[in-house]
Amino acid sequence: MNSDDKNIKWVEEPALGLAGKSYIPLIVGGITTTLKHLVGPKMTVQTPEERHAMADPLGYRGVHRLNRDEQGSVKCVACFLCSTACPAHCIDIVAAESPWPDREKYPQSFTIDELRCIFCGMCEEACPVDAIELTSLYDLSGKSREEMIFDKQKLLSVYDQTKDAEPMRSVRERDRTEKTN
Amino acid sequence: MSMWILLEALIKIFVIIGGLMTAAAYLVLLERRVAAWIQDRRGPNRVGIPLTNIRIFGLGQPIADGVKFIFKEEFIPGHVNRWLYVLAPSAMFVAAIVLFAAVPFGAVDLGIEGWEPIALVVMPGLDVGIVYIFAVGSIAVYGVVLGSWASNNKYAFFGGMRSAAQLISYEIPLGLGILGVVLASGSLRLDEIVQSQAETGVWNVFTQPLGFLVFLVAAFAEAGRLPFDLAETEQELVGGYHTEYSGIKLMMFLVAEYLHMVAASFLIVLLFFGGWHFWGLTGSEPVAGIGVALLRVVVLLAKFMLVVLFFMVARWSWPRFRFDQLMSLAWKVMLPLGLVNLVGLAFWIEYGRPRFSGANEWIVMAIGGWVLLVASWLVTTLLVPAASDNRPRLGPAAADLDTKEAASP
Repeated sequence: MNSDDKNIKWVEEPALGLAGKSYIPLIVGGITTTLKHLVGPKMTVQTPEERHAMADPLGYRGVHRLNRDEQGSVKCVACFLCSTACPAHCIDIVAAESPWPDREKYPQSFTIDELRCIFCGMCEEACPVDAIELTSLYDLSGKSREEMIFDKQKLLSVYDQTKDAEPMRSVRERDRTEKTN
Repeated sequence: MSMWILLEALIKIFVIIGGLMTAAAYLVLLERRVAAWIQDRRGPNRVGIPLTNIRIFGLGQPIADGVKFIFKEEFIPGHVNRWLYVLAPSAMFVAAIVLFAAVPFGAVDLGIEGWEPIALVVMPGLDVGIVYIFAVGSIAVYGVVLGSWASNNKYAFFGGMRSAAQLISYEIPLGLGILGVVLASGSLRLDEIVQSQAETGVWNVFTQPLGFLVFLVAAFAEAGRLPFDLAETEQELVGGYHTEYSGIKLMMFLVAEYLHMVAASFLIVLLFFGGWHFWGLTGSEPVAGIGVALLRVVVLLAKFMLVVLFFMVARWSWPRFRFDQLMSLAWKVMLPLGLVNLVGLAFWIEYGRPRFSGANEWIVMAIGGWVLLVASWLVTTLLVPAASDNRPRLGPAAADLDTKEAASP
């Protein structure tokens, strides 16, 4: 390296004054910083007793849920859009003739392999009837791989568990329009 | 009669070793908590009584750590010198424990007819107390060197070499700091050094701040604590001399290191902070009744805890030295400062002290000590070179700067 190279921009550190050379400001500064932090507020959240305060739980992409309609039955119409959109191929749907008059098909079985899922939210984007949604539950755990394959019952129960805290999108939009009107 | 002396010694040894092991374990917990607090975390606060939800601030953590260490596989790599590999942790551990035989906690008179006052120290009346502690403390370097050499590993070897150079260099300022205290109190016995501070009520730290500074820095270096932990810099040397160790051997190394810190804290308290003495609380007689003796032990331990806390906070306050900075601090700064303190003290004792009497003597001595500290710090400041690294510079090269500084002091 040539020191007179025009492409090199030389930045000299400022020279130490008498105080700097005596190291006293540095020594004092170091210990004041540590003492300040020693008694200062702590960042740790004591999971599981405390939970992280989420800025926007509705925008979070956690465990899936299958929403229910007003009759309490599954909202899904088994159109396969979510499983087609899924880049991880973790959604498996078996469609059957619908027992209800409002649609042609319904999912006889609906399983999501939560271990395969990459929580991208594409299924939620793809769903035409607002049936599949991602919740803010982030501490997903299980003792076996089989346990982590969520079936329809489990996904519906996730809805039951989270519907009050996180109403589904159609309900939210209805509330919003009502409020603006 | 000799059997009773033996029994007394055995009881003291039992108490000291039991206390030390417990203290080391819980100081590790305290260190982890303090480190966590300084980093805005909470630290280990979960482990309590097993099979219950009782947590008691994580006080079960040391037991869990110990059990984990003991039940871990004790792996001896194939490329090591087995004999030295096993010997090293034992040597370091024994040296660290034996050191505490000379730490005096005061003396107690139980008030039972025909009983002599009992000195609360394993080796009572050890005339060479300080020399003994110094000698045994130096054996630690053997553990480090043996361990690093036997490991047959480059990282371990680097750590061992650094550690050997560091420990041997800092023994000199450490000795100079101690010599000042010995000169002032006129005895090598630790209990008499404490006694002399208790009788006058003037702790050595007030009269010899420069000696205290030198001793403190050297004690940090001898204990291998940050900012002097070059022997085991994780970022550069994996673990330094104990890279190849696992299981209980590793634990022995770590505990021994911790005991060095404990020993350094005790020495700082005994030599410079008056040991068990506190004004208006503990009295100053050499032998005390059982209540006062207990109070003295508590005072000593409280002072010890404050010094240990300082060790822990200091760890996160200042960055680690580079190795050449470490060496020049020892040889170019601490050694001259220690000599200045020693010579100044010698002059005071020979020519100054006889001219004063009573409280005046201590006031003048303290003023002199602090003036010496400020003056020598100022001189050191003025002699600091403009640059101590060899980074490329636009202006005059670093080497020229150094010589210029040296030429015009």
